[in-house]
Amino acid sequence: MLTRVKSKLKTFVGGIHPADDGKSLTRDRKEVTPLLPKTVYLFMSQHIGAPAKPMVKKGDIVKKGQLIGELQGFISANVHASVSGKVVDVIPWPHPVTGMKSPAVIIERTEDDTWAEGTDIVSDIDSISPEEIKQRIQWAGIVGLGGATFPTHVKLTPPKDKTIDTIVMNGAECEPFLTCDYRLMMDKPHEIIQGLRLVMKCLGCRKAHIGIEENKEDVYRLFKDIVSNDPNIRIDLLEVKYPQGAEHQLIKALLNREFKPTQLPLEVGAIVVNVGTAFAVYEAVKFKKPLIQRIITVTGNGVERPQNFLVRLGTPVKLLLEAAQVTPDVNKIIFGGPMMGISQASIDAAVTVKGTGGILVQRDAHQWESHACIRCGRCVDSCPYGLNPSELSIVCEAKEFNLALENNIMECKECGCCSYICPAKRPIVHLIKFAKAEIAKQRVKT
Amino acid sequence: MENQSQKDAALIVSASPHVRDVDSIPRIMWAVILSLIPAGIAGIFTFGYYCIYVVFLSCVTAVVTEAVIVWLRKVSVVNTMKDGSAIVTGILLAYTLPPGVPWYVPVVGSFFSIAIVKHTFGGLGNNIWNPALAARAFLQVAYPAVLNSDWRVLTEHGMHKIVHSIAKIGADGKLVDAITRATPLAKESGAETYRLAELFIGNIPGCIGETSAIALLLGGVYLIYKRYIKWYVPALYVATVFVMVLVLPPRTVTPWANNPMYHIFAGGLLLGAFFMATDMVTTPLTSRGLIIFAIGAGLLTALIRFYSGYPEGVCYSILLMNTATPLIDRFTKPRLYGIKKVKKG
Ligand code: SF4
Ligand code: SF4
Repeated sequence: MLTRVKSKLKTFVGGIHPADDGKSLTRDRKEVTPLLPKTVYLFMSQHIGAPAKPMVKKGDIVKKGQLIGELQGFISANVHASVSGKVVDVIPWPHPVTGMKSPAVIIERTEDDTWAEGTDIVSDIDSISPEEIKQRIQWAGIVGLGGATFPTHVKLTPPKDKTIDTIVMNGAECEPFLTCDYRLMMDKPHEIIQGLRLVMKCLGCRKAHIGIEENKEDVYRLFKDIVSNDPNIRIDLLEVKYPQGAEHQLIKALLNREFKPTQLPLEVGAIVVNVGTAFAVYEAVKFKKPLIQRIITVTGNGVERPQNFLVRLGTPVKLLLEAAQVTPDVNKIIFGGPMMGISQASIDAAVTVKGTGGILVQRDAHQWESHACIRCGRCVDSCPYGLNPSELSIVCEAKEFNLALENNIMECKECGCCSYICPAKRPIVHLIKFAKAEIAKQRVKT
Repeated sequence: MENQSQKDAALIVSASPHVRDVDSIPRIMWAVILSLIPAGIAGIFTFGYYCIYVVFLSCVTAVVTEAVIVWLRKVSVVNTMKDGSAIVTGILLAYTLPPGVPWYVPVVGSFFSIAIVKHTFGGLGNNIWNPALAARAFLQVAYPAVLNSDWRVLTEHGMHKIVHSIAKIGADGKLVDAITRATPLAKESGAETYRLAELFIGNIPGCIGETSAIALLLGGVYLIYKRYIKWYVPALYVATVFVMVLVLPPRTVTPWANNPMYHIFAGGLLLGAFFMATDMVTTPLTSRGLIIFAIGAGLLTALIRFYSGYPEGVCYSILLMNTATPLIDRFTKPRLYGIKKVKKG
């Protein structure tokens, strides 16, 4: 019986089944604890594209939701104050994703937590025009909250020659340990579907397809009820497999369409929105609330009380760790999940950004000793993009960057499947990232 | 604020992913060793305790050779020893030897396999040929008399004769001609035939670890279950030999020469199919490559058995396919995602 059900689940070729998905740590904690930091550090760059330009200076008084960073050019995103208070500085601060210092507006919070003027206004979303929807999304500074942080308004402006026939909504949450999307889907299913409908309307797209991993059947049933009388929104259960929620794999599983790793989903007439993004769209369009907070899963064996928090953007990680009762012997702090997250060099400086869906705290993080490749082929079988990670790791290690390019290094999405599965514990993704950086450097030079 | 960018000493910074699969090289190698035990036990039952001695010598030589080389190359000796790969080679080599070989045969062979075949190419992961098989081929050239004529058989009274014969070997250090016979696959073994049940259990002449089909299957199935080997490699290898025996023109030499069951169970095919054609290091990376490898090895095995003067074809066929592996890899690259479907629209 079980196998029959399993074979019906949609999925893709390749990928891995992580032994410990870690979701049970936080999954059943229903409360989402709100946190109010004393100080927030808001980067002008929390998205893919050009950094926003600071609109405030030291000493300015700002209100929650006020625009403090204005988008620059087309691929960029606004930044809003996530608390009301006083700007104490605008300086470069170490960025948790790039590791480099990047301009940030630092705001000290005052007691008053009211919204800025022009925000928090209820609108009638039935009569709203597609253009207005897009404008509000752009104004609200919404980016892909699944972690990609691509500005959403750009996604909603496909080139003229491309038609989008399906919006794919990602409720897979395939990254182990994270449950922020699960929590949001359980708590705000109607709002998420409303957000999805707004995206559909914005693009004039009639069909939508939602993918949920099978370990979240409760969400599936909840959503199914909501969309049961809407023939245009389909919803399917997906096999629990990493990276099921990545754009290529999700579209393959739901729509059976393939496109190159370097291409965008719009090549095959689709756009992917994460459930968190859909919720943010709803808040922005219906209530004129910019993106200033999100749910973050703080989890791992390095915290006594793993749980989900409702966190203002730019909150110091220290505060989150204290709230989750961090243990003293922590030896790794990861922004994101265990497969693609970024380990942090310092607890003191780290602050959350729009793309932060989880903070994984480990107390027994390993440093694996790597060995020569034994050619077991597991990495090849696991690579969802049909690359040869074994060969790539060998040529990258030898600094043969031309051979790396020949082996399609640029198509690698750094999903981590190959490193995860390698019995020789080769740091494949590390080598690939290193080689990509070197190749970029060489290109700049010439 | 000065220390903001300073690293907290206790925090590990490394590239993603931050979790890894539990499987490691040592885990795989020790599982392979475990899976080889049944065949060894069967060998002892069939041929006697002297087999233990051969396996032991082979393994000790392999481990000592590897330790010395690794130490000379200034690699961590402890870590290399832990991975167990030298023991795997030692066992496999011993299993391909006739049960009554003189002590220096496993010692020389094992040294050759580790020092020459494995480490001149850079150690585990870099060797082109399966170390055990390459050493077996080397021994075949170095000691043809010992390897070809001293197949020890004890079919009728089993253990008694074995014990007896070992006592004799111990006494004068020579092999006892009276009880040696060739592999059932040898042409000169004439009309000598064995019942299928005997072939299956392994109560037949042959090399130490190759005669008992049931023991080899047990180990092979375990490795398949653990996903350390891919089931279709041994399956296709054996199936190809089976088909080839049926389609090739009959050999008139012996009544069993065109009996496919005989070809599967009487020689080294099962040992080779489960434990050597599945060696990760010396076989192709992709599943398509492995399929070509297995079928190719099957074809070559049958052709060698039918058209060469050599009764066994497993060793050379796998070595030849090892040689072809880089080529196979080149032509069986995985399909880059999203490339093929373009013409559909
Ligand atoms: S990290 Fe790159 S090479 Fe490795 S599995 Fe993912 S896409 Fe393939
Ligand atoms: S998984 Fe590791 S050992 Fe196996 S082929 Fe890939 S790189 Fe080599």
